[in-house]
Amino acid sequence: MHHDEYSEKIFTRRAFFIGALQVIGLGILGARLAWLQIAQGKRYKTLSDKNRINIKILPPPRGQIVDRFGVPLAVNAQTYRVLIISEQSDDVKSSLKLLQNIIDVEDKDIKRVMEEVSKAAKFIPIKIREGLSWDEVAKVEVNLPDLPGIFIDVGDIRSYPYRDATAHIVGYVRSVSKEDLEKDNDPVLRLPGFRIGKTGIEKFYDSPLRGKAGAAEVEVNVIGREVRELKRKNAVSGKRVTLTIDGELQRYAMEVLSVHKSASAVVMDAHSGAIYAMASYPAFDPNIFVRGFSSDEWKEITDNLGRPQTNKAISGQYPPGSTFKMVTALAGLKAGVISKNTSVFCSGKYEFGNSTFHCWKKYGHGDVDLNKALEQSCDIYFYKMATEVGIDAIADMARRLGLGQKLGLELAQERAGIIPDVAWKKRVLGQKWYQGETIISSIGQGNVLATPLQLAVMTARMVNGGFAVNPWITGYLEDQFLGREQWDSLGISKAHLKLVMQGMESVVNGKRGTARASSIDREGFEMAGKTGTSQVQRITMDQRRQGIKNEDLPWKQRHHALFVGYAPMKKPRYVCSVVVEHGIGGSRAAAPIAKLLLEQTQMRDPARTQLQPEVSKSATSPVFWPPKKPIYGEDNQGDL
Amino acid sequence: MSYSMFVQDDMSFGQKLAKLNWWLVILICSVAAVGIASLYSAAGGDFDRWASRQMMRFGIGMIGLVIIAMIDIKWWYRLTWPIYFIGMIMLVFVEVKGHVGMGAQRWINLGFMQLQPSELMKIAVVMALARHFHGASPEQARRLSFLIVPALVIAAPVALVLMQPDLGTALMIIMAGAAMVFMAGAPIWLFVSAIVGAAVSVPIAWQFLHEYQKKRVMTFLDPESDPLGAGYHITQSKIAIGSGGVEGKGFLQGTQSHLNFLPEKQTDFIFTLWVEEWGLLGGVFLLTLFLFIFITGLRTSLRCKHNFGRYLALGVSVNFSLYVFINIAMVMGLIPVVGAPLPLVSYGGTSMLAALIGFGLMMSCGIYRHSKVTR
Repeated sequence: MHHDEYSEKIFTRRAFFIGALQVIGLGILGARLAWLQIAQGKRYKTLSDKNRINIKILPPPRGQIVDRFGVPLAVNAQTYRVLIISEQSDDVKSSLKLLQNIIDVEDKDIKRVMEEVSKAAKFIPIKIREGLSWDEVAKVEVNLPDLPGIFIDVGDIRSYPYRDATAHIVGYVRSVSKEDLEKDNDPVLRLPGFRIGKTGIEKFYDSPLRGKAGAAEVEVNVIGREVRELKRKNAVSGKRVTLTIDGELQRYAMEVLSVHKSASAVVMDAHSGAIYAMASYPAFDPNIFVRGFSSDEWKEITDNLGRPQTNKAISGQYPPGSTFKMVTALAGLKAGVISKNTSVFCSGKYEFGNSTFHCWKKYGHGDVDLNKALEQSCDIYFYKMATEVGIDAIADMARRLGLGQKLGLELAQERAGIIPDVAWKKRVLGQKWYQGETIISSIGQGNVLATPLQLAVMTARMVNGGFAVNPWITGYLEDQFLGREQWDSLGISKAHLKLVMQGMESVVNGKRGTARASSIDREGFEMAGKTGTSQVQRITMDQRRQGIKNEDLPWKQRHHALFVGYAPMKKPRYVCSVVVEHGIGGSRAAAPIAKLLLEQTQMRDPARTQLQPEVSKSATSPVFWPPKKPIYGEDNQGDL
Repeated sequence: MSYSMFVQDDMSFGQKLAKLNWWLVILICSVAAVGIASLYSAAGGDFDRWASRQMMRFGIGMIGLVIIAMIDIKWWYRLTWPIYFIGMIMLVFVEVKGHVGMGAQRWINLGFMQLQPSELMKIAVVMALARHFHGASPEQARRLSFLIVPALVIAAPVALVLMQPDLGTALMIIMAGAAMVFMAGAPIWLFVSAIVGAAVSVPIAWQFLHEYQKKRVMTFLDPESDPLGAGYHITQSKIAIGSGGVEGKGFLQGTQSHLNFLPEKQTDFIFTLWVEEWGLLGGVFLLTLFLFIFITGLRTSLRCKHNFGRYLALGVSVNFSLYVFINIAMVMGLIPVVGAPLPLVSYGGTSMLAALIGFGLMMSCGIYRHSKVTR
């Protein structure tokens, strides 16, 4: 390659130009350095040498979570903590050893403190333990002279006064994890001991509840102690969340469910969709998650058959059994297949194709009309109707009533359930639909699955005059209303709804109703509803022949017991759904719980008190007992 | 591939070793020594935390540098495009399934180090442009059609780097590329209009910046607005530098850095720690080392007898100087915090590797300045 002089000349010129730029650049850097270190040197030296400026993050107080009456469900309690400042201790390890002789400190905490000591600056206090009892505080205080660097202070810790009763709804806060730090660069997360919402409402509204950190510019001396504060931007407290829950009702629900091994229930406003109680038993004490749990406590939670960490009211999916019969009935009425007086003969058996489908009553119900079919929960009536209506019409009605879909509650974990139809089976299983499946689906068996929340919504949509209510649990975020009172109509005939509701009235109050033992005998407070018993396993021919009773089977193979109900019967306001896992039968296990819940709900009558964003001064909820007048008062909008 | 395959020249190993630019080797080692001393201090007098690893990497990197320098420059000329495309493939790879760190995808995990392909790509872009302009006369370079290939060579990695998104690296590739085009003889009006165009497009580009990037620029303009974030870093860095004074606080005595007022003191803010402890004297010493390195780069370039070597040697020098300016200007509060390391000094594998590869190529240009580089 030949290089002519001209080319070289241009390159040389430009290369020198670039070189000159590099030198100028270095010159600027040098000049800036000299300016900082000579001209400004003195100023910065004072800032640095004598008193340095440190920025201290001021953690915001976390917003409270209160129930509909302003009773606190999650508060910031004060806790005594023992801390250490490593620069004031000659030997951190021996100080900690001494402390261990005085109060309980776990070895893993000692290890953690030693790690933090090596990482953090020497003047930053490091938490050793919190939640000290008075006794422990006194013991440490007395021995302070022998414990250089160790001191006690008061800090905030999240506390849940309702403990396990509200665990699934309110959730809990826990220490910040590495992943949290990657996702969220809020500096307050780096404060030692800071906690953020990990489940439930604490998680859903973590950001507003957390508030905004403040900062104080403080002068610190050479060894890092604060000398004075220069500037301060106060922390903005987190916002308060007001739930629609009635804390006492919630606690009561938990109590009545606790006679069973594993059960859940929902109490909801039929007109607004506000949830008054949503309980899943067993639960866990969220307070142990805040402070950190022992392996025994953890084992106790994970070993429990009732899955305490799961909110079964929204994520337990069960075959709805006979509680689904209203859906089938409404589909049949809509399609014109049945009317009020359509009669079917029940012999206890129904032959379809090559298969025999049984009624729960071995020798049949005889002549059955719609009212009797619901009252006595006759299966044959629905089998016969379903073959004429078809699965797609039933599935359509089920979806209208809120089944087979997530309902948008402000909690994670909510599940969608399953409403099978021809398209569903093709999509999910890749198979053709058989009429036999229509028959078992009509009584809520087979592939049909629903959550207790969905069953409550289904009932609400039937008894509120056919309005598409959705559930909500957060009433106010500070002063901002988050709920919803008005809902669109579903376009279901009111006459049809009335027929179904009459059937539900007979279930509880009729002479032969399946839930007649659970009626509420107080005028104006009566309830109506529907029992359901859903098979976990098929009943084999052997079991049928030998007459093996369900209660003789192991717990895991017993039927689930369900009940959906509403009250007051004449002017429905409250709906309730109950699922007792492996509770054998809806009438014996689920209906009595619904009775207690609806009775208590009407006594407390939460719907009568306007939901307001206020914190209760007395810290207890109002007592309305005895009621001055029947509950369904002037604010009852549902008129059927 | 054996070593002998590349040694098809008439120099013996001893001769080549003698021709190695030992002056530059001494300069590089001195800068690295500053880094290792600072890392030792940053760890509070702990050699194992950062310094030992940095020293090991530097040792391995220096061996690589000598090997690169010994290979005839014509081989590097022939290998340019393969290297460029391997670099691009790696960039695409991080884009597709890279390690997610700091919200941006930048690394390939090699097990022993996190490789950042964009750092290596800067060298590859310089090589590719040097190769393109190698056979061109200034008349050719003046023609705009001749600049289409350079534009693509620069734009392809820039686009990928922006997707990561890493604005700082993208700007550095553009600036290094522009310098290459400039030295090849492209018309001056092109650069003038590019600068004017850039000034006009700033408000438009602003729209496309990520939130955190906007925040960085805003914090630079008004550090008080974010006392807990980046503004805090700059303020603390300036206090640390200023308080060092002329003589510095002495080795291991840098109170600001040791009391954890400084974040990232082992990486981006290592210069701050150095001048806090060694003062203006230490700072000027380090800047002088950089000055000598730039002069060596310029000299190597001018003495080279083939265009590829000229462009490559000066391009490597420009690339290195961009790092130096951006990092030091950043810690002294002259430009926004862009998160660029100080090469050879900051703790980190890829930036060290990229710098040493660059200097290896520069030295190869020196040893083989008479080599017949043919197409």
